[in-house]
Amino acid sequence: MDFKKQKPIYQQIADTLCERIVSGELKADERMLSVRDVAIQLGVNPNTVMRTFEHLQNAEIIYNKRGVGYFVSPDASDKILALHRKEFMEEELPAFLQKMKMLGLTLDDLKQYE
Amino acid sequence: MIELKNFSFAYKQTSVFKNINLQFSKGAIYGLLGENGVGKTTMLKAISGLLKPNDGQCIVDDQVSFDRQPSFLQSIFMLPDEVPLPDSSTPEKFFADLAPFYPKQSDEMFRHLANELQIDPSRKFKEMSFGQQKKSLLACALALNTEYLLLDEPTNGLDIPSKADFRRILSERVGEEQTIIISTHQVKDVENLIDPIIIISNNSVLLDASVEKITDKLYFEYGGQQRQDALYSEMMPGGYLNVLVNNGMGESQISIEGLFNAVLRNQSTIRTLFV
Repeated sequence: MDFKKQKPIYQQIADTLCERIVSGELKADERMLSVRDVAIQLGVNPNTVMRTFEHLQNAEIIYNKRGVGYFVSPDASDKILALHRKEFMEEELPAFLQKMKMLGLTLDDLKQYE
Repeated sequence: MIELKNFSFAYKQTSVFKNINLQFSKGAIYGLLGENGVGKTTMLKAISGLLKPNDGQCIVDDQVSFDRQPSFLQSIFMLPDEVPLPDSSTPEKFFADLAPFYPKQSDEMFRHLANELQIDPSRKFKEMSFGQQKKSLLACALALNTEYLLLDEPTNGLDIPSKADFRRILSERVGEEQTIIISTHQVKDVENLIDPIIIISNNSVLLDASVEKITDKLYFEYGGQQRQDALYSEMMPGGYLNVLVNNGMGESQISIEGLFNAVLRNQSTIRTLFV
């Protein structure tokens, strides 16, 4: 794990919302709390939460119905898992492999966990 | 919008601001940071029309603030760090005395905020702790519902749960038509609340940028090794906090304390970086 990296707050909020979608707490086509409500809940600047929502909308995890609010996309869960896989392969795995190398471990040492 | 145009101010021979330009737009919670005695309170007073600039202007919605027109005065409220409170007064009396001057004030909002902050509006100020007095004043200030709200060291004296309440209430309070300016040196209390961030020093503005822009230009690394090329680094549990020039390293979480120290120590680098 790359412990030196700390994501910006708007991404941390996005991660929390994504976790709720993957766990099934927030379902497909369900309406999200408003930007304002999330901001009040967390005590953060509403503009930060606006960025979170824009970020999730760009990733097509949520969609906007003008004047009504934001809703969970039908395939949000799959999209999130695909993003997680990509992040794991590109960031977490290389760090993990590097650490194994540093500790003198090889992939054979992982066989017992299969 | 609040505009400081070529603004200069001095107390007798001591210059506080020299020819500075700043703008505060609507729908934002600005953080005004600076070391003790650099003029944070002076700036808030000048914006409120309590001080006359030596040169330049302070303009709020096209009105010169020092002209103190009624339409200007009813659109702005400044809560100083310390307010002399009459012993026999209570929060509700204090609010009722101010309310007639502010057309958008709301008694309902005052009651709601008092309740949220767990203060009794009918209790005498002299029977309250400093923190409870501070919370009462915050409830009054917010419920006056002005377009411009200036808070000088608002978290001074608040206990830990009240600081979280303060953040929640402020994020609830800021609408698209409001501008809030918080001057503070207790940056941890307002860490995810303030955006944009303004850092001032003797006579000048060192930084005026949104959090998005700051994390675009600077990278905050937590818990790594100390880096020689860091603008600022300090020890933290698990390693060092390094504030680095962001050369395509992506986005990171801002540390306002780290930012503050990096800006104070690298004024010209920061100026070129944030043009």
